[in-house]
Parts: sequence; C-alpha cells; structure tokens
Amino acid sequence: MWSYVFKRAGATALTLVAASVIIFAFIHLIPGDPIYIRLGDMATPDQVDAVRHSLGLDRPILIQYLSWVSDALHGDLGQSIFYQMPIMSVIADHAETSLLLASITMTWVLLIGVPIGMISAMRHGTWLDQVLSGAAMLMASVPTFWVGLYMILIFAAWLGWLPSSGYPSIFDDGGLANLRYLLLPSLTLAAPNAALILRLTRASMLDVSREDYVRTARAKGIRPWQVVTRHIFRNALLAVVSAFGFTFAALLSEAVVTETVFALPGIGRLVVQSIMQRDYPVIQGVVLVIVVLYLLVNLIVDLSYRMLDPRVELQ
Amino acid sequence: MTVAAGALTKSGGIRTWLAPFVARPIALVGLAVLIAVLILAAAAPLLAPYNPDAYDALIRLSPPNALHWFGTDQLGRDTLSRVIYSSRMALLVGVGVVVFALLTGVPIGVFSALFPRLGHVLMRIVDVLMAFPSLLLALVLIVILGPSVANSIIAIGAGFLTTTTRIVYGLTLRLKTETYVEASRSMGSRTGWLVHKHILPNLISPLLVQASFVFAFAQLSAASLDFLGLGAPPDIPSWGNMLAESRNFITRAPWLLFFPGMMIVLTAFALNLVGDALRDRLDPRFREMLGRKI
Repeated sequence: MWSYVFKRAGATALTLVAASVIIFAFIHLIPGDPIYIRLGDMATPDQVDAVRHSLGLDRPILIQYLSWVSDALHGDLGQSIFYQMPIMSVIADHAETSLLLASITMTWVLLIGVPIGMISAMRHGTWLDQVLSGAAMLMASVPTFWVGLYMILIFAAWLGWLPSSGYPSIFDDGGLANLRYLLLPSLTLAAPNAALILRLTRASMLDVSREDYVRTARAKGIRPWQVVTRHIFRNALLAVVSAFGFTFAALLSEAVVTETVFALPGIGRLVVQSIMQRDYPVIQGVVLVIVVLYLLVNLIVDLSYRMLDPRVELQ
Repeated sequence: MTVAAGALTKSGGIRTWLAPFVARPIALVGLAVLIAVLILAAAAPLLAPYNPDAYDALIRLSPPNALHWFGTDQLGRDTLSRVIYSSRMALLVGVGVVVFALLTGVPIGVFSALFPRLGHVLMRIVDVLMAFPSLLLALVLIVILGPSVANSIIAIGAGFLTTTTRIVYGLTLRLKTETYVEASRSMGSRTGWLVHKHILPNLISPLLVQASFVFAFAQLSAASLDFLGLGAPPDIPSWGNMLAESRNFITRAPWLLFFPGMMIVLTAFALNLVGDALRDRLDPRFREMLGRKI
C-alpha cells in the first residue's frame, strides 16, 4: 500500500511541476508587455525599466520561474494589479463563497444522483427507468446559466422566495441564514452533475448485479433489499467515488458561469472579472490554486479507492 | 465476426449504420432534430422570415405574435430569424471543435501507441493538460489568443484534444495486440500500411461516438463562452450571444431567453441521444473506454 501511495504522490508532484511551467508561461504568452499592462500605455521607458527591475523580469527566464515557484510555495502569488493587494488574500476573500457553493452542490449531486440512479437500476428496463434516464440525459444537455436565469426569474423575481444574486458571508449579519443565497446557485450547478452521477450509479449497479457473487447471494436466499444494499450498492458506489474527482473539476469549471449569473463573490467570478480587468497575475494565481486543488482531490480519490476496494490491492 | 463486434465497422454498409437507430426509436428522433438543425443552417436565408440584423425601435421587446412568432429583442430584431441564423454558428463551432479534436487527438494517440518510447512522453504531456478543468483551460487560451469564433473553436477543442488522444491511445494499444495486426506485421507490413489498413478503419466507429459527445459538449461550452462575452463577437448571431444580450431583460421579456436556450438544449440532447445509441451498438471491447462521457 505505502509503495503505491508514494508512487501516486510522486506522479502527482511531477504533473504539478509540469503544470506549473505551463501556468508560469501563461503571463509570457499573453500578447503585449506585462509591464505596460501594469503601468498603462503612457509609461516612460525609465518607469518601465524600473518596474521591470523591481519585479525581477530582467532576470533569466529560468531564474524567474524558480523564484515564482519558491514564492508560491511560501504562499506568495504576487500582487494583484486591480485590487492592489497580495493575490493570495484576494483568493482567500473569494474562497468562502466557492467552497460553500461546491460543498452544497456536491451534497445535492449525491442526494439526487445516487438514490435516483439506484431506483433506475432496480427498475431496469421499465418505463420508470426510461423516464429517469431520459430526464438525466436532458439535464446533462442543458446550459447551467440558462437554468440559473430562469430560476432567478421564477423563485426570485416572480415568487420572491429567495434572493436573486450576491452572497453575504455567513460570518456577517444574518449568519447561517445567508446560506439561502446559495440555494438557487447550488441547485443550478447540481443539475447537470447530478445527471452524470445518476447515469454512473445506474450503469455501475447494473454491472455489479451481473456479478457471480450477487447471484450467489440471491441463491443463498438473502432478502432482495439486502442483496441490493449490501452486495450491489456498496460495490457500485466505488464507481461513484472514482468519479468524484471528475465531478469536482466539472464543478470548478461550471462555477465560473454560475457565479457570474448569480453575481456571487467566488473564485469563478474572480477569474471572469480578472479577464475583463486584464489582471493577469490574478488569473495565473487562481489557475495554479485550482490545478493544485484538482490534483489533490484526484490523489485522495485514487488512494481512497484503493482502500475501499481491497481487490485492487490483491491484483 | 459477431453482430456486436461487426456493427459499425468499415465494411458494415448503410444498414449497419442505421441499425442503432432502428433498435432505439428515440435515437431516431435525435437524428431528426440534428437534420432539422442542419436544414435550418443551410437554408437560413430562405427560412428566416426577416433579416436577422434588421431592427425596428417601434416593436422593441414585443411578445410572440402573428408577425413575429418568437417575439422581438431589445432592438426590435426578429427573434425567430436570429434563432435560425444562429444555427449556422452552432454547427460551425460544433464541427470545428470535433475536427480540431480529431486532427490533433488521432495522430498523437496513434503515434504514441505505436512508438512507446516517445509516446510515453507525449501521453504524460496530455496528462498534464488534463489537470486543467476544460472551461478554465478554454478561458486561459481565450486570454492568450483573444476572443473570436476561430479562437473559441481552438480553446474549446483543446479540452477535448486530451480526452480524444487518451481514447485513441487506448484503442490503438488494444488493436496493436490483435492477431490480425500481429499477423500483418509479421508478414512485413510497414507501420504506415498497418495504420491505414488496420488501425484507422477500426477507430472510425468509436470515434464517431466520441465525436457526437464532443459535439454536444462543445455546444454547451461555446454557449458559456458567448454568455461570458469571451466567444463569438456580439454582432454575430449565436444562441449564446442571444442569451447574453437578453439576460438584462429577463423580467420584462422572459420569452427572449426561451427560444435560443431551447435550441441549445434540443441540439445537445439530440447529439447525446445519437451518441448513446451508437455506443450501445459498439464493439463491447471498446464500449467501456467510452463509458464515461468526456
């Protein structure tokens, strides 16, 4: 087990190093001189040279990369041009919304996707299965921002049940009640992802139910619901666990649009705003943080998969 | 060759290509929707009742009526005509992304599988690209390349380059060990011949399945980019642009968002239905590789 942990962690570290080279190169690939972007087009050559020197951009590219990595490892991602404060603080300010949104969304995804996927598999081939599977495919074909806009129209504008946009911190006035601001966004974001988990749960339950040990369990006379819960469901859940990392990446991507629709002060909207404001160092920092998070989640998912399924280790 | 393995192979002919649709009538509906979108795009000038760019301030934001079936937008342009013309952009981006993903993914995947030493390095690079969530990768590429239709295709296509490469790589590795490929190799066939005669023809059907899913997801990604103002220029009619423009009028004219949104849903849903039907008829050895969509 431990050799596998080290091997897998090593591979993740190598991928991260390679990804960091790409993310570092990003600033240098953008058309235009980053100094002029920072100072504006009216800057004099002297000012440009001074800033170039102070930012260390006159050093060899390898040295620049190594110092960027070393700073990043110390939690320093540089300075935001727009916010005029450290990028790490900017990201931290936006993290609460995104982390809460992701957690609540993931809860919906599991609460909706897994049970309905189970029902669909248990009623395999019936009209119920066909309706549920069809609905899932439809949900996976709907643009999230479109659903979001209609949710705002119905539940905020017409019915007035929920707020349409923004999110005050749960540490501010209102406390946990502020979570209601995340209800519509999380449901919007959950819809296509719950559909994918539903289809996955259904497919893997059908796969497992064809296994010999399920036939044996049935032959032994174990009650049908016990076969489903103990033998089929527990094994089918492994596929859902392995899809967790994939779903997490999808959430990060789609949150960019959802946070924009609901005007949430999260990381996704920060990316879009930074693109509009040409605050490239912030984009670079956010991309680095998201890639690190994504690789870590995948590593944890991979390792927990091994722990959950002893058969993998026997092989 | 059994029916399952033989379905959708090169020698199958038109009947085997149609078999998945006969077996599942709902997929036939999907195919019909796609053909309808194709006709809309091809015959847009004939089908659209008005010039999609002609505006009339007097009929701004009018609800659906006898003259304007889908109503008019904030500039008084006919929504139906704009929805019809937008299908051109949807097809352009969809086909563009699929072609981009195939033109990059197939050569890299096949090459990596056949020449493992260099291939191993190439596949690690693909792994690194996979560490970037697809829409984030697209946004970063748009920042570097600038927003335009062609750059949207490249930016969205880059996300599918990785998945397509991995699928082609896996399939080619498997095909390489097939008896007929080994036999051909032992008879002295050159690599180019092997690829042309044995590898590529066997990749066609799994890649067709992949292409339909890529096409569907490309619709959703392109709509997202357009909506964020980072896709097609705002003067070009596209379903995503129409949604972005009408967003501010959602309470006054909720129908404006309905029609372009429905077109995206219908197209993506139809592509998913077709892809699903094709996959179910695919060689079972390959099916599991395409099991997880994108």
